[in-house]
Amino acid sequence: MEAEAGGTERGRARDPRRALGRLVQAVLCSRGEANAVFDVLAALQSEDQEEIQEAVRACSRLFGALLERGELFVGQLPSEDMVMAGSQGAMRKYKVWMRHRYCSCCNRLGELLVHPTFQVKELALGTLMKFVQLEGAHPLEQPKWEGHYLFPRTLFRVVVGGLLSPTDDQSLLLSQFREYLEFDDVRYHTMQAASDAVAQVTNQQPEARPLQPPLTFWNNAFTLLCAVSLPLQEQDLSTFYVKHVELLDKWKVTHLREHRKVFQTMWLSFLKHKLPLSLYKKVLLVMHDSILPHLAQPTLMIDFLTSACDVGGAISLLALNGLFILIHKHNLVRTVEGAPGPAQGWRRLRWWFLEPWPTPVWPCSPREHPDFYRKLYGLLDPSIFHVKYRARFFHLADLFLSSSHLPAYLVAAFAKRLSRLALTAPPEALLMVLPFICNLLRRHPACRVLVHRPQGPELDSDPYDPEEEDPAQSRALESCLWELQTLQRHYHPEVSKAASVINQALSVPEVSIAPLLELTAYEVFEQDLKKKGPEPVPLEFIPAQGLLGRRDDLCAQFFTLS
Amino acid sequence: MGKARPRAARRPAPRAPAGARGSAARANPNPFEVKVNRQKFQILGRKARHDVGLPGVARARAIRKRTQTLLKEYKDRDKSNVFTDKRFGEYNSNISPEEKMMKRFALEQQRHHEKKSIYNLNEDEELTHYGQSLADIEKHNDIVDSDSDAEEQGTLSAELTAAHFGGRGLLHKKTSQQEGEEGGKPKSRKELIEELIAKSKQEKRERQAQREDALELTEKLDQDWKEIQTLLSHKTPKSEKREKKENPKPDAYDKMVRELGFEMKARPSNRRKPEEELAKEEQGRLRKLEAERLQRMLGKEDESVKKPKHMSADDLNDGFVLDKDDRRLLSYKDGKMNVEEGVHKELSRETGSHGNNEEESEEESGHPDSHSDLGPSAESGEEDEQPQREQGQTPGKRLRSDQHTPEAARAELPYIFAAPESYEELRSVLSGRSMEEQLLVVERIQKCNHPSLAVGNKEKLEKLFGFLLEYVGDLATSDPPDLKVIDKLVVQLYNLCQMFPESASSSMQFVLRDAMHEMEEMIETKGRAAFPGLDVLIYLKIVGLLFPTSDFRHPVVTPALMCLSQLLTKCPVLSLQDVVKGLFVCCLFLECVALSHRFIPEVINFLLGILYIATPNKQSQGSTLVHPFRALGKNSELLLVSDAEDVATWQRGSLPLHWASGPRAPTAAEANHTRLSCLAVCLALLRHCTVIYGTLPSFHAVTRPLQALLTQHLTDRSHPHELQELFQSTLAEMENQKQLYRPLLCEKSKPVPLKLFTPRLVKVLEFGRKQGSSKEEQERKRLIHKHKREFKGAVREIRKDNQFLARMQLSEIMERDAERKRRVKQLFNSLATQEGEWKALKRKKFKK
Repeated sequence: MEAEAGGTERGRARDPRRALGRLVQAVLCSRGEANAVFDVLAALQSEDQEEIQEAVRACSRLFGALLERGELFVGQLPSEDMVMAGSQGAMRKYKVWMRHRYCSCCNRLGELLVHPTFQVKELALGTLMKFVQLEGAHPLEQPKWEGHYLFPRTLFRVVVGGLLSPTDDQSLLLSQFREYLEFDDVRYHTMQAASDAVAQVTNQQPEARPLQPPLTFWNNAFTLLCAVSLPLQEQDLSTFYVKHVELLDKWKVTHLREHRKVFQTMWLSFLKHKLPLSLYKKVLLVMHDSILPHLAQPTLMIDFLTSACDVGGAISLLALNGLFILIHKHNLVRTVEGAPGPAQGWRRLRWWFLEPWPTPVWPCSPREHPDFYRKLYGLLDPSIFHVKYRARFFHLADLFLSSSHLPAYLVAAFAKRLSRLALTAPPEALLMVLPFICNLLRRHPACRVLVHRPQGPELDSDPYDPEEEDPAQSRALESCLWELQTLQRHYHPEVSKAASVINQALSVPEVSIAPLLELTAYEVFEQDLKKKGPEPVPLEFIPAQGLLGRRDDLCAQFFTLS
Repeated sequence: MGKARPRAARRPAPRAPAGARGSAARANPNPFEVKVNRQKFQILGRKARHDVGLPGVARARAIRKRTQTLLKEYKDRDKSNVFTDKRFGEYNSNISPEEKMMKRFALEQQRHHEKKSIYNLNEDEELTHYGQSLADIEKHNDIVDSDSDAEEQGTLSAELTAAHFGGRGLLHKKTSQQEGEEGGKPKSRKELIEELIAKSKQEKRERQAQREDALELTEKLDQDWKEIQTLLSHKTPKSEKREKKENPKPDAYDKMVRELGFEMKARPSNRRKPEEELAKEEQGRLRKLEAERLQRMLGKEDESVKKPKHMSADDLNDGFVLDKDDRRLLSYKDGKMNVEEGVHKELSRETGSHGNNEEESEEESGHPDSHSDLGPSAESGEEDEQPQREQGQTPGKRLRSDQHTPEAARAELPYIFAAPESYEELRSVLSGRSMEEQLLVVERIQKCNHPSLAVGNKEKLEKLFGFLLEYVGDLATSDPPDLKVIDKLVVQLYNLCQMFPESASSSMQFVLRDAMHEMEEMIETKGRAAFPGLDVLIYLKIVGLLFPTSDFRHPVVTPALMCLSQLLTKCPVLSLQDVVKGLFVCCLFLECVALSHRFIPEVINFLLGILYIATPNKQSQGSTLVHPFRALGKNSELLLVSDAEDVATWQRGSLPLHWASGPRAPTAAEANHTRLSCLAVCLALLRHCTVIYGTLPSFHAVTRPLQALLTQHLTDRSHPHELQELFQSTLAEMENQKQLYRPLLCEKSKPVPLKLFTPRLVKVLEFGRKQGSSKEEQERKRLIHKHKREFKGAVREIRKDNQFLARMQLSEIMERDAERKRRVKQLFNSLATQEGEWKALKRKKFKK
């Protein structure tokens, strides 16, 4: 036997796979060879990634077989020394001993999840998930009662812990893990484990550093959280990773309601921390379509959203989008009603969105006015025409301002502000914002005074106050859209045409701005090129005399060739 | 057959008897013949067509008709011989009756002629007058040549008489009504008459006109003949007489006359115009072009008027410029290219005089040609050349005057250049030559490959435009940029563009698309673009030179404007170079709208940004800075000058364009001076903007941030004196723009006219039918009904035909039987008598 062991030693150097295979075979064949497990586990610690992979495969085979045979100790695991010292039967000793080896193997595999090479990670993950499946089928715990739902939670926590590594970017591995999330039980336990893991990591170092845990952890967590997607309708949750003979109705894992609860706790535990700014944006981007619909109580998001509202820029806008959905779809009013101050305002806001009622004139005082539109108004600054999220911004702004129940002063303020800003906009943005303004005027006939004010007095200055932050105080309704008149003299023919729409009485059907939202300068350029002009191309009739033109031209005035 | 035949037979039948018989019947109806259909109820609106009938008369008529037609056919049923009408053109409807008659007449004459024996000399041709035999004329005087209405009276048609004098029987009227129904349009009597009159009058007029034409022609021919006779033939006695009369006059005169007679008549040519007139024309042309430009600027598209005008104004491929150049080349070309060489030899001898010579030859060959064109295009083309020629500024001219100096180098220059097929070819030809030589080469390429010389030359020159553009781009990107050559090449480009506007604009578009594409790619990958090289800027400038920038929409200029806008919005200003480039772009932009005064937000934004980066940004103004500029950051104080010494030594000057390209390492003082110059340019541009945009309705809203920044600059006081003044004046000018805010008004739309409810008119096609259906349906029903009735009528006719035939057959049989009986009786009779006689004889015998 020693000769054989020596042989294996040498053989491993030459051909690790065969050697490990032989070891595994030996352990599986006779319990006497059980000590060979140490060799296999030692290979797991190796530096060489080839060897590690072989070792992982060997472990997978070995412990998979053992789990199936039931040769691991079932129940609360006593400490190894105690059992060894004790005088139980050899079989029990063996099982306990083997279970300890299994545990150490699992822990090592969990460590391997953050191995620098991806193949190793992938293999480790696959093996761990295989163990999860086998352990679920052959539980290592005693069921406490008949039909007790058992899931290898500890083992699974190791997996999730490895995935949410604070040091490594696990996005690739997470995309691998995504396929396991198709299974309802895996998803359920992932959500549980993830919320635990997030809580644990943040609790570890309470006030050591402000941005501890690091960015990678949050990114990993966010990727994992995003990967979790619940089914929208209540249906039979029966696709289980761990095969069960029969599914019992009293198991929590079979109810979507429970899933939603866990989903909610997971997100709330994630969002209650101070997130980095980039993550804020990402969360808000997916908020409306992959988070809010799945929450058990969507209104719990209001704190997060209101705080996000104050950040400014794109984040504010996205938060406003979330708020809008809460108000519109989830009846935010009822939950806020308890609070005395803003309740009325919220109710009115909701009324604006929903109630079918003729347009009233509100004696509106700023106190009872919710900040929603004021914030949106505050977001309008010259940069909106140049930022990347322009299309989204205007899509949402169009959505927010689509209600016909908004008071006229508000719409007028928006129209005036937008047209004021349009004075600095590039043509591709103008092509979108001009129809936008005209749509506003179409929706609200009361605002048509902005473009048509018969018998109005001539004024010395524009009554509109661009510095005023409150749309109600901006006196936009007393003003006119002279900016659009200015833009009729814009150099681009399409813009000029679009601005000239206000010269006639506005036609009734609105112009859809959806195709214009994504318009880029390059597209406008291409359109200009494609447009056929008059057949003989008009030419300059003043003959050219030089590069800079005649003496009184601007270029010749300010530039010289040499 | 049964249906078609009787109707065809029936139609002409009633004509003849109707006139006489019908009227008689109507006048004096036999009360025993009249059958009255009694109407039970009087129904309003119903025409009673069958209230009175003459069954006996009708039957008799029908029988008569059948005997005339059907019976005849029946009788002829076994006969196979046919009567054919062999008269000429009897069945040919293509020949008009008159022609037919003429032909027949001719044939008859021919036959007549042939019959005569050739030896019969007495038979002479008939004498004719205007193609009519004299004998005939004497006989039928009035028919041949009568201008009076007598002709009509003589040949009154039956139709006409019928129409005029009525005289149609009851029966006839009925049939005519039926006919009318069948035709769909019953014509009233009056119409018929009018039609007839018109027809006859027209015929008469035509005949008369024809006759007059013929007369005229013959007369003219006669006269011409006489004229020619007098001139040419000396033999005829008449002309001899004349000759004798003219004899005393000298021979020279005769010659003169003949010369004048035969010489090609010289057309009056346009005179050469004096200076003032040329100037006036030039002015007029410019005014017209300006008017067109204005129209395009306002974007009013009046294609129908504009197109042809424009064609003429711009001298397209087939226009004047080509012809003109063509002439010049012809003058070179007398002996192909060696002449050109000769010209150059001459050139080297005496340059000045040659210039004149050539000009004159050009004038000579060019002028008559331009007159032959006679169009405004010719004039305009001419005028285009004129000022250049006068100023001696065309590159060619200048070359010639410059030509004394690099004598040796020119001797090497070949005179013929093939048009380059690729850009590399052009480059290899041009590279390494001096500026003058390059220009000369380009000019010679154009001349040698003039479109009028060979078929493919047009394409070659079109390509040359693209290559030249590329070459210009190369020159601009080289280090240092060869701007002087570009400066001169621009003129060539302009000329080529005038020749081939389409290809020039498409290659310009190509270049622009390239530049934009590059920028777009950079934006996509990096999120921002850098200012492009000098070549793109030069291209954009060239666009402004070649095409009218004030058009509302122009296929090249509008994309170029988009390109400029992209440059100003997407490219962050990172260095002093970028500032220079940006300012140049601003200049280009403002030049483009110099005439149209259109509003450019990008320029205002950019200038605002420039002003901003010239201020220390310690205080946050919260101003409305737009995209390429940042309120805080690395380049937010790019133009700030802190060195007081440099400020003091700065002198205002224009910015050299080549600073925009190539990395330079200026000294600190130089950089500071550049900064101040940039600031000065920026301020000057702002003033320009103020002037242009002062009238915009929201001028103050546009300039508010600018004013804020300017005041801040003013309070700064670190600027040199000159700049301070500029600041002051710009700010003052901005603030002084008075503005009145007039409330906006929509244009009044035309009042929509009230809807008029006209009654719906339903045409009643047939009483008693369903009215509700649509027109087509009614028409269909009507036709079906009509078909049914016709069918019934036809069946009835056929049945009656058969009855008639049966009757005829019966009567035949009866006749035959009666005949036989008679014969049999006769036979029996004779036999009886024979028998009697025999018996009597027998009895006699017995008695004996």
